[in-house]
Amino acid sequence: MNGLRNFVDKIKPTFEKGGKLGFLHSTFDAFETFLFVPNTVTRRGAHVRDCVDLKRIMIMVVIALLPAMLFGVWNTGYQHSLAFGLEWGFWNMVWYGLVKVIPLYLVSYIVGLGIEFVSAQIKGHEVNEGYLVSGMLIPLIVPVDVPLWMLAIAVAFAVIIGKEVFGGTGMNIWNPALLTRAFLFFSYPSKMSGDVVWIGGMARGAEAWQAGNGLVDGFSGATPLADATLTNLQPKLWDMIVGTIPGSVGETSVIAILLGAVILLWTGVASWKIMFSSVLGGLAIGYLGYATGATDLPGYYQLVMGGFLFGTVFMATDPVTSAQTECGKWIYGFLVGALAVTVRLWNPGYPEGMMLAILLMNTFAPLIDHYVVEGSIKRRAKKVKTA
Amino acid sequence: MHFTHKLFYIMSNNIYLKKGLDLPINGTAAQNTKKVITPDVVAVKPTDFRGLVPKLLVREGDKVLAGTPVLADKMSQNILFASPVSGTVVEVVRGEKRKLLEVRIKADANQEYVDFGVKKVSGLSAAQVKESLLAAGLWPAITQRPYGIIANPETTPKAIFVSAFSTAPLAANVEYALNGQLDNIQAAVDALGKIAKVHVCVNAANESATLFGKLQNVTLHTVSGKHPAGNVGVQIHHIAPVQKGEIVWTVSPVMLAAIGKLFTTGKYDVKRKIAVTGPKAVNPAYVEGYPGISIKDLKDYYNEGENLRFVSGDVLSGTNVGAEGFLGFFDNQVTILEEGNKYELLGWAKPFRCKLFSASHTYFSWLTPNKKYDMDTNLHGGPRAFVANDVYGKVLPMELYPVYLLKACLANDIDKMEKFGIYEVIEEDLALCEYVCPSKIDIQQIITDGIALMLKEMC
Repeated sequence: MNGLRNFVDKIKPTFEKGGKLGFLHSTFDAFETFLFVPNTVTRRGAHVRDCVDLKRIMIMVVIALLPAMLFGVWNTGYQHSLAFGLEWGFWNMVWYGLVKVIPLYLVSYIVGLGIEFVSAQIKGHEVNEGYLVSGMLIPLIVPVDVPLWMLAIAVAFAVIIGKEVFGGTGMNIWNPALLTRAFLFFSYPSKMSGDVVWIGGMARGAEAWQAGNGLVDGFSGATPLADATLTNLQPKLWDMIVGTIPGSVGETSVIAILLGAVILLWTGVASWKIMFSSVLGGLAIGYLGYATGATDLPGYYQLVMGGFLFGTVFMATDPVTSAQTECGKWIYGFLVGALAVTVRLWNPGYPEGMMLAILLMNTFAPLIDHYVVEGSIKRRAKKVKTA
Repeated sequence: MHFTHKLFYIMSNNIYLKKGLDLPINGTAAQNTKKVITPDVVAVKPTDFRGLVPKLLVREGDKVLAGTPVLADKMSQNILFASPVSGTVVEVVRGEKRKLLEVRIKADANQEYVDFGVKKVSGLSAAQVKESLLAAGLWPAITQRPYGIIANPETTPKAIFVSAFSTAPLAANVEYALNGQLDNIQAAVDALGKIAKVHVCVNAANESATLFGKLQNVTLHTVSGKHPAGNVGVQIHHIAPVQKGEIVWTVSPVMLAAIGKLFTTGKYDVKRKIAVTGPKAVNPAYVEGYPGISIKDLKDYYNEGENLRFVSGDVLSGTNVGAEGFLGFFDNQVTILEEGNKYELLGWAKPFRCKLFSASHTYFSWLTPNKKYDMDTNLHGGPRAFVANDVYGKVLPMELYPVYLLKACLANDIDKMEKFGIYEVIEEDLALCEYVCPSKIDIQQIITDGIALMLKEMC
């Protein structure tokens, strides 16, 4: 440890202002603070500080995402082998999944972190660790076969336009990971929806199949959302809970996502109010749709289909873009869940509503907070007067 | 300042606060007084008072007694600041732009006091009480809310508040420190009672035993909860919140004793029991001494040569005075802790950091609630923008939105600062928010700057 510290101390002057590589100051700083908690001491105010920092909070989210990611890797291989009738073993499937998913991660982190480093350098800030989580999320919410160049453009858009122009992590209005997905969805709809994008190799396979080989006869790569009827989904309910269905890389397994939710709630990193009220909102509208005949699926199906749970646990709870006030969190969460299912049930254009629901509520979160805060100030003023 | 008399009611006599945090830090002072400090050089520091522009009343070489004014407030020159000891002015220390920092006085071996005359409080009017305090240099003991500045003797507050217990980390035990001072404290509240109604908040857990429970002519409240339940600002917020245009005054128990002594003995006697505390204090205990004593007089209580920080006050909102510094006017506590200017390999990524405390559940220190920690001054991270939003409310038992208030301060937006509660807080009330902040934002400094702006624009 001392050797490493000495080495870092030795090369440090090179990266400081006026040093040969001074233009890489923020980058060096990011790596140094990654390796070592800095020796900075408090200068004013509280002389001691809690040992939690943003790095710790972010790493907790990354850990919470691991079950969904690992399952997603395996499921990518599993879906592929199913579609093409391959009799693969476990490691074969994992290997295929890794080959598919690792490039997504490489693109996500290289493009995203690259932009973060450059903008931190330009602004003279320290590199914020917010992208550690965004970069982890992005590959999990895109179809596995999304072309890498598209992903790169989308990530660049989300980080630059969605975050850095507002001032970086903590200042952004929309969740950067969802913005990436929205960009892909609206710019390249054919790569983001339909029956063939959700399974690795299938888009290519479909053409090959017409030529007479590859895909299993009559196999459909549609996600459960594409044809959400009871006759269709009842036999698949357990598959949807385990996650052995086509879909975005990390969103399919309810069990893996709930494992992540337990970690987030245990550590207090994500708000249980948002998670709980989002589920409540989803169930409410789900059952309303069931009662009015908009769907023949009981409300709880809405929770296990598509990206609902993933969005509820990992995206809606983003502390920067969600509601900031405790009361606002109830409203915000409920509306996220309710809107997502509303889009699913009553908008024939989009089979999945979670992404749009969260982005819309990100937009309105400050408004919700505004009224919560105003209301509280007024109530308090009244109490003081009448008391 | 415009000020209206308003009838106000007490919202509650028993206040239960759920939010807060008692910092588990090592170094509580044992309840014995081992030493009476015979001061060598003491300092009167205008920097102990927010916004004070001091006027020097003495010159180097002048002889002073305990109670002789050495400074005055340039804005209202009847507010005087007295020497705590008798001796000779040896040095006037100035900083940048000749800013007056300290008047250093070499103490005599035998203390002599200015005689202000014993006064029977019952016969005094409000104006006479004010005059007595002003003349004796004890007026600065009274703090005004909003803003936490020296009270303006021209105004009448809607009430005067005293917090009779402290919940700050390792704070001096008020009952022990003021044992035997009941008569003086009673005289002080009787005197202040001539000016406005006096509210005293006692710790609910200690209600039957407390010295302050015996006080007459006061309105007693009980408060229960973790830190900052003992902060007078938090108590005011729950008893009679400060609205725009209103003024309340606060006095600490230690200062009440000094005010009482002025009337019962006719002396400016600010001698007090001082708790020497902190993880790096050797055999932490109490000493008897004066405000303005040198840290060097405490050398029995720390190991020289260690890399230490000396805080006058508590570890959350005290002042870093350094080994060469002096105790503050209001303080009866010194905290000694280690400077944490060390690197820690992959600290944030370790599953366990057994020697560090976190109020969050991202580490496991919440599983050992009785453990105490040798905290140091390391920031444990780098400064970032606000990201987490629910950590602050958990340690602030006030109906405020701290992040909104802080952002209003950062934006210099006076309307919003008013709306979000700048009248109700001073730095110490938000000190815990700063402690738990994962973005390592200097929250107390933001409040300091916000109050400075308010003072500039409003007064």
